[in-house]
Amino acid sequence: MKHMIEVNELTKRYGPKAAVSDLSFTVRPGHVTGFLGPNGAGKSTTLRMMLGLHRPTSGSVTIDGRPFADRPRGMRHVGALLDAHDVHGGRTAQAHLTALAVSNRLPRRRVGEVLEEVGLGDAGGRRIGGFSLGMKQRLGIATALLGDPPVLLFDEPLNGLDPEGVKWVRGLFHRLAAEGRTVFVSSHLMSEMENTADFLVVIGKGRLIAAESLKDFAARGTRQSVSVRTPDVAVLRTVLTDEGAHVEPHTDNSLTVTGLSASRIGDLAFQNMVPVHELTPHTASLEAAFMELTADSVEYAAGDAR
Amino acid sequence: MTETATAPTPSPVRSFDTTEPRARFADLVAAEWIKIWSLRSTPWAFLGGALAVIGFNVFTTYNDYSNWPGWSPQQKAEFMPNWAMLDTFTDAAVLCLMLTASAMGALTVVGEYSTGLIHTTFTAVPARRSVMAAKVLVVTLVTTALGLFAAGGSFWLTQAILSGRDTGLSLGDPGVVPALLASALVAPVAALVGMAVGALLRAGAATMGVSFAVLLLVPMAVSDDHYGTAVVDHLLPYSAWARLIQVVEKPAHFPWSQGGAWAVYAAWGLISAVITVVAVQRRDQ
Repeated sequence: MKHMIEVNELTKRYGPKAAVSDLSFTVRPGHVTGFLGPNGAGKSTTLRMMLGLHRPTSGSVTIDGRPFADRPRGMRHVGALLDAHDVHGGRTAQAHLTALAVSNRLPRRRVGEVLEEVGLGDAGGRRIGGFSLGMKQRLGIATALLGDPPVLLFDEPLNGLDPEGVKWVRGLFHRLAAEGRTVFVSSHLMSEMENTADFLVVIGKGRLIAAESLKDFAARGTRQSVSVRTPDVAVLRTVLTDEGAHVEPHTDNSLTVTGLSASRIGDLAFQNMVPVHELTPHTASLEAAFMELTADSVEYAAGDAR
Repeated sequence: MTETATAPTPSPVRSFDTTEPRARFADLVAAEWIKIWSLRSTPWAFLGGALAVIGFNVFTTYNDYSNWPGWSPQQKAEFMPNWAMLDTFTDAAVLCLMLTASAMGALTVVGEYSTGLIHTTFTAVPARRSVMAAKVLVVTLVTTALGLFAAGGSFWLTQAILSGRDTGLSLGDPGVVPALLASALVAPVAALVGMAVGALLRAGAATMGVSFAVLLLVPMAVSDDHYGTAVVDHLLPYSAWARLIQVVEKPAHFPWSQGGAWAVYAAWGLISAVITVVAVQRRDQ
């Protein structure tokens, strides 16, 4: 397929420490694919290897069938925003973009077009050093769009954007994907991806945890659990366990039950004459699914005395 | 229905034509030209550096002009041609020119690393060596222009002052043009050294420190009285300039030819250019 990103057994070590281990996945065109992982999971390292800025220790990554670093000019193939601060504050937005356009033999009119598109039409003549983080994010997006490329990579693009900006970026990503482009967006917050991505690639500690549609991912996490409170813990526990449920008792006469629906638990309690004081079903959110899946792979957990 | 306000009209799936015009080195040179002149520091460094150099030379020459009536006939006779040439382009001026040019060269490289711009640059143009070669060319052009402007301006003004004492050099005098060229070309040599150190160290303060040490401090520390140190001394760009500024060769313990001095210029320039271009290829950026 055209314009695919293919990551094959990618590994990157810095000294003895592996930032990315044996990572394989593909990113397809026509969708927004979210690249999720806790801080330090290896997202930025992976993106840098995609762009040829960092060299893999082993494995490979190709965009449109070729390592990106093999292309003499990049902007018509891949647009990228790695870090909104990757600009020289002393230049105007106009000069910054013009130099990039000229280097890739793009028509200079593109500079004005992309500045308008990201809402910086009036700020083109101002020095980037005076820009807010949100404006720099917009300039970074303008840079990525300059060559009208079929593949777009964004590293944490929503950082520093106000709610209006976040909404605009989501609309933009959906439009870019609808045009048939490959849109790959990293984030460490599931909530950012919920309304942005169609597909997810989730990594933790440099390893792949999941690569699937948002729907499938959400289904993983909706292991429904039910809280039950009863004065007769021992009886109910036996009854539910016999029905094949997983039961976790707590000290306050309550149980967390997985594997049975709330109504089924109610029926069973009634049949066995166990009084029930509380019966609450819990549906895990995407956020919970993400937390659950990456819990083992959080690099820097709070209160972690390592 | 807030979504409809911003929701884009459904766009047709496009086919992307990623065929592109042939990659030209000239585009990269044009881009680097835009980059260097779009920084406010460049015209200021250019103008400030040139005026400082010309100022040093005019000041020294004016001193000699003022003191001239009090000089002995022998002093007056010895003034031409070497002392006149050293009025045209003084020690202080050459140090100032090297400092300005090496800082300009270093900043074109270190400025990319310290800001993170290098990621944007190499993502736009994955052919890293071509980018650096374009930078080398642009910096060489700009600093050569700086050197020529500073040396040419100094010559014109200082000789105008000396003509008031019926002395002074003219471009037709033997050795004058090479001496002026050597003074001008010290700028691109120093700039290329700054770039190479910058490409290796990537950090601003360290780059400035090492460049200044190599270009300015080492030549002051090394004497040319002993064979061993003279060999080291003769391998330095500053010493090469000091040799080339001699319109008539001065006696020395270990004499060396003008050709040798020019070779030192060329070697420093070329090796620095090669280091700048090659240093970026294999390292993670």
